[in-house]
Formats: sequence, structure tokens, C-alpha cells
Amino acid sequence: MKYLSEYRDADLVAKYIDEIHRTVTRPWTIMEVCGGQTHSLVKNGLLQLLPEQVKMVHGPGCPVCVTPLHQIDKAVHLALAHQVILCSYGDMLRVPGSEMSLLEAKAAGADVRILYSPLEAVKIAQENPGKEVVFFAVGFETTAPANALSVIHAQRAGVKNYSILTSHVLVPPAIAAVMNDEEAHIQGFLAAGHVCAIMGVDEYYPIVEQYKIPIVVTGFEPVDLVQGILMVLRQLEKGVFQLENQYSRIVRPEGNPEARKIIGQVFEVSDREWRGIGNIPGSGYELCAEFSDYDANRKFDVRIPKVSESAECIAGQVLKGIKKPFECPQFGKKCKPQSPLGAPMVSSEGACAAYYHFLQVMEEVA
Amino acid sequence: MMVSEQKIKMQLQCPMPKLDFDIITLGHGSGGLLTNRLLDSGVFDLLKNDLLDKRHDGAIFDVPAGRMAFSTDSYVISPIFFPGGNIGELAVNGTVNDLAMCGAQAQYLSLGFILEEGLTMREFWDVLLGIKYAAQQAGVHIVTGDTKVVERGKGDKIFINTSGIGMLHPRADISKARVQSGDKILISGPVASHGIAILSVRQGLEFETSIVSDTAPLNRTVTGMLDLFGEHIHLLHDPTRGGVATVLNELARDVRLGIDLQERAIPVLEEVAGACELLGLDPLYVANEGIFIAVVAAEAADSVLEYLQLAPQGSAAAIIGSVTDEHPRQVLLHSKIGGKRVVNMPVGEQLPRIC
Repeated sequence: MKYLSEYRDADLVAKYIDEIHRTVTRPWTIMEVCGGQTHSLVKNGLLQLLPEQVKMVHGPGCPVCVTPLHQIDKAVHLALAHQVILCSYGDMLRVPGSEMSLLEAKAAGADVRILYSPLEAVKIAQENPGKEVVFFAVGFETTAPANALSVIHAQRAGVKNYSILTSHVLVPPAIAAVMNDEEAHIQGFLAAGHVCAIMGVDEYYPIVEQYKIPIVVTGFEPVDLVQGILMVLRQLEKGVFQLENQYSRIVRPEGNPEARKIIGQVFEVSDREWRGIGNIPGSGYELCAEFSDYDANRKFDVRIPKVSESAECIAGQVLKGIKKPFECPQFGKKCKPQSPLGAPMVSSEGACAAYYHFLQVMEEVA
Repeated sequence: MMVSEQKIKMQLQCPMPKLDFDIITLGHGSGGLLTNRLLDSGVFDLLKNDLLDKRHDGAIFDVPAGRMAFSTDSYVISPIFFPGGNIGELAVNGTVNDLAMCGAQAQYLSLGFILEEGLTMREFWDVLLGIKYAAQQAGVHIVTGDTKVVERGKGDKIFINTSGIGMLHPRADISKARVQSGDKILISGPVASHGIAILSVRQGLEFETSIVSDTAPLNRTVTGMLDLFGEHIHLLHDPTRGGVATVLNELARDVRLGIDLQERAIPVLEEVAGACELLGLDPLYVANEGIFIAVVAAEAADSVLEYLQLAPQGSAAAIIGSVTDEHPRQVLLHSKIGGKRVVNMPVGEQLPRIC
């Protein structure tokens, strides 16, 4: 774990911050795509160290936040009405559905389990042959290989009582959607390092070209972030736009070919609805025909009514970087982590949660 | 290590008595023949003392003149065995520590069991050994108890309640009202070890690690500290559920003062920090069972620190922050990087994150 302290070195961060101050001559707006980056920026107090001219806006890269309401309702329905063992990553549990969250479903008697790995869910299926086990397969490209592997595993082991409820989303179409939105005025991106560790960087060249915008693949530690921001700013100040890789200790240009192969074997690209944003063409994964037996959508009758989002939640604008969490009239009032209106308030990668936990009271006092 | 050697020695000296039943059944809690058989089986001889041996409805004893502290706590942890201890040790240490945080030395404990039908006698015995070990370490007697059994599925193996009373240290003057701006905040050992040790064996989340729970009685350290520093100790608190962040938020809210924390000064074992990173947990919110926070008059802080660092398991003790009249009701953390952030009250249990 040595690299933790190295990439959290206060002196090194200070040097980059100084260099950022020397580099910047006018206002710039940069989006960090990934919610993990947002949290690191806020949690480490980095936003306050940046010059005023550098405005960081927080992107849609929070898989929990963009999982549609309908999908959460389906998961709750599977757990309560179909009595499946519903397995999920921890931070999905508090996200509000139209009637309840998975955590509330658990309190109402559903068997909801928190796992770190979908392979664990396959194991649970093997141990409980009389029960159906569903894994709520949420996430960006980062979690797709493990989710895909669980399906391959189940097929090989002849496990029939396992399926996944997919809600996979992809980063590049989301960046394009942000750029196509007239209200968002983003001038540079920090791309999500972990996503690129799987997928490589090739998908981002066309975006750089089409929108003439700098993109720097960036990590998550304080040193990574300030270095990534500096790299974007240098391009902006010079008036160039390129794809650069700050996170080269993890991200190879080709990504992880083995993981990509597994994804390709199990999933196919599909249109996908993003919570608060709407439908983005070609922005998600669905199980391909060969593995359709493992698709919870087909296995169970999950035709439940579609409920529309609360009109009071501006999650979509927050996720596209149009508004900051503080600009939401309900922030900290009607919408709090204990009674959220939308997912960004409860996800560990949500921008609203980051502001609420790490900045909110400070702002009130200031 | 010393501690575990003593534990192993005790386990060897106390083999489980031969019984004609392997598991707890409903009858063991009925108050009838089976209950008596359990009581007479030798199982409870482990906890033997004069007061308990009277087998009366309650314990009767003399107390010296002075002030007493009284506390209770229930233990419902899963799994019941974890690296570094079990629910039995926790149940004794927890109440002993709650009394210590009042400035009292625990003397007598009550012990209530709610057992789930099907609990094996082996497991029950091991929990009792944990109780005996912890009681010995703390120098406390279990003088009254109760055992109930619930149907399978209506409990989670074993729930324990302990209540305890103890005499207040003559120099103890511990209350939130005494906390004032300028006070220093000390911590007696590294944070988050207990919570991470529990997580490492929780079903579905298991990972290999050498992290062990910090569960330990704190009464001797506290008594020694009060002997030396008495009224300089303004407040004591053990950051169990909700961790350091919760305790300090409650404090800031109740005394209407602010708290400044230095992230750099907060001790976390390297392996615990790594596990927290991996699981997406903030060590400030993770539970502890063998450390305490002391709010101390500024002029005594360095001497108290020196004392704590020499106490058992105290080498990592540190001054982690101070009380301020700026930003009232708010805990601010000065990050290692040089930034600032609010340390908020947690909403519920911390949930492991997605990636």
C-alpha cells in the first residue's frame, strides 16, 4: 500500500498547485468524469487550493447515481415479490426507488445481501439450490468484467438459479452527451482512470477530435488529480487539444485485453437510460443472446409500472455539470442523506453526497 | 503476543465439561429441569465467585461511601467470533469501558444471555471463556445473570446484555460541561481496527488479513490517568459504533464548540488503512472497542500523552486535535494535503462501495 502515501504527498501536491497557479491566466471549466475523483477532490480539500479561475464541475461518472429509478424498482420487486436472494454492491442499497430503497426492502423482510464480488453471488446460488439468486450488475466498464465473469462461471458450473439484473453504462457516450448539451460549457475533461484501465484510451481520440477538447486520463489520489488538472490547463492555455494519460502507472493504451475479451463474450452494446439524464444511444451493455438465460429481465416477470422521477430533484443537471449541488433548492433541506430525493445524495460517488458530507456545514458557516 | 498467550493458557486450563447435550434447545431457557441441568453442568462454574454462587434472584453486597456509576449495553454482533476476540469479551469490555468513561472502576456486572436454539455448546463455551478472560483482565465480577432461549430463526446465535456498577474515582470530574475552547483531544491508540477485523470475517466480504480487533478493558489505564491528572481530564469517550467521527460530532453539537482535527496525527495501522481504502470506508467512522478519546486541559496534554503512550497497547496514542470556539458545532479536518473538510455525522452504517 506504499503508493497510497506517495500519491498523497503534501509537498508534491503543493508543488503542482503552485504550478497550476503560475499556469492559469484566465477562467477555465474542467469536468472530472468520475464520482470517485469528485470525492477525492472534495475530501482532500483540493478544490479550495485551486485558483479561482479554475472551475471544476462534477461529471456523470457515478454508476449508482445514473441507474434508472425503474431498475431499482425492479430490484426491489425481485427481492420482495419474487423472494430472490438479491445481491448488490453496498452503495446501491440506500438509493431511493419510487417506493423504497433496497435497504428498506431488506427491513421489510427481503433477503438483500451486500457483496464485493459477483462471483460470491454465484457461490451463494450454489449453496442455495432451492432459491433464485440475482446480482444487481451496476457499474461502468470497470465492473463489467467481473459481472461478465460471474455469468461465464455460472454457465460453466451449470448453476441455473443465478441471473443478473444489468444496468451497465459506458463513459465515452456520456462525455459526448455532456458536450452535446447546450447548457454545459465544459472546456476540458479528466477521464476516469479505472475505466480506461479496462478499456484503454482509443475510444477517446474521436471525442478529442470532434469536440476539440483536451482529455487527460487521470487517477484518483491527490497527486494524480492535481497533476491531471495541470495537464488539462497547460493544453487549454496553449490552445491545443490532445488525449494524454496521467495515470500511466495503471492505464495501458490498449487497456486490459483479457477483460475486454470477457466483456465482448458476454455483453453487447445497447441503448441505455440514465437516471436524471435520459436515454443515451449506445451507452450501455446488455447480456448477449448466448447468455440470455442469465438475464433476470427475461427470467422473471418484472413488468412493473414505470414511475417518473421526482420533479424536485435536479440530479440530471448536477450529473451533467450544469449545476452544483449547492444550487439545488432542496439541497440539505428536503434532500438529505437520510431522506434523499435522488441518488447523488446517497451514493459514495455522488456529488451531492460529497458536498453534504465534506463541505456543507463549512459553507453554512462561511 | 502476551495477550493471546494468556488467552490460550486459560483455554487449556478450562476444558469444556462433559455434557449429555451438544446444542442449546428451547428447554434450556424454560426455567425447568433442562435449565437446571445447564446451570449445574459446570458450564457456569467458569464464572464462579461468592456472590454468583448464592444463586439468588439478585446479588447483595456492601459498597463504600461515595459516588457510583451505572451503565448497560447489549451486544448483537455478527459473526460472534472474530479475529482478536468474541462477543463474550466484547460484552464485558464494553460495559467496563462505559463505566471507565464515567471515571469509574467497574466492580460488578450482570450478564444476560438470549440464546438461539441450535447454538452449539462448544460455541457457548468459547463465549463464556471470552467472558471469563475479559472479566479477569478487568478485575470485575459477574454477580448475577439470566439465560433465555428463543426459537431458531428468532435470534442470531447469541445476544448478550451486560450492566455494571462501579465506584467513581475520587478525582474524576468528567462531564461535557467541562469541555472548553483550547482543550486538546487525545486518542489512546490506533483507530478502526475492530470494525475492519469484523468486516474481514463477515459473510460475503471475507478477505485475508492479520488485523485483529482492539477489544480490551480500558479501566486500568483510565484509573492510572485519573490518579495522575484528575481534574485535568475533562471528558472521556470510547468511540465504538460510528467511530471517532460520531463521538466528536456529538460532542461539538452538545457543547456548541468547534473541533479541529489533524488528519496527519490520527493513528491508523497501515494494514487497517489499506483495508479501509480497498473497502471504501473512512477509518474515522469505523468502530473501535479498545481505545478512548480524552478531552484534556491544554496544559496537561503533553504529560497525559506521555502517560498514554506507556500504557498497554498505547504506543500509538496521539494528540489528534483541539477544541475551538470557531466554527461551533462542527468538526473540521485539516487534511494531510493541506486542505480542509467537514467531518459530518454519519447517516447509518457505512456501506462498502461499488468500485
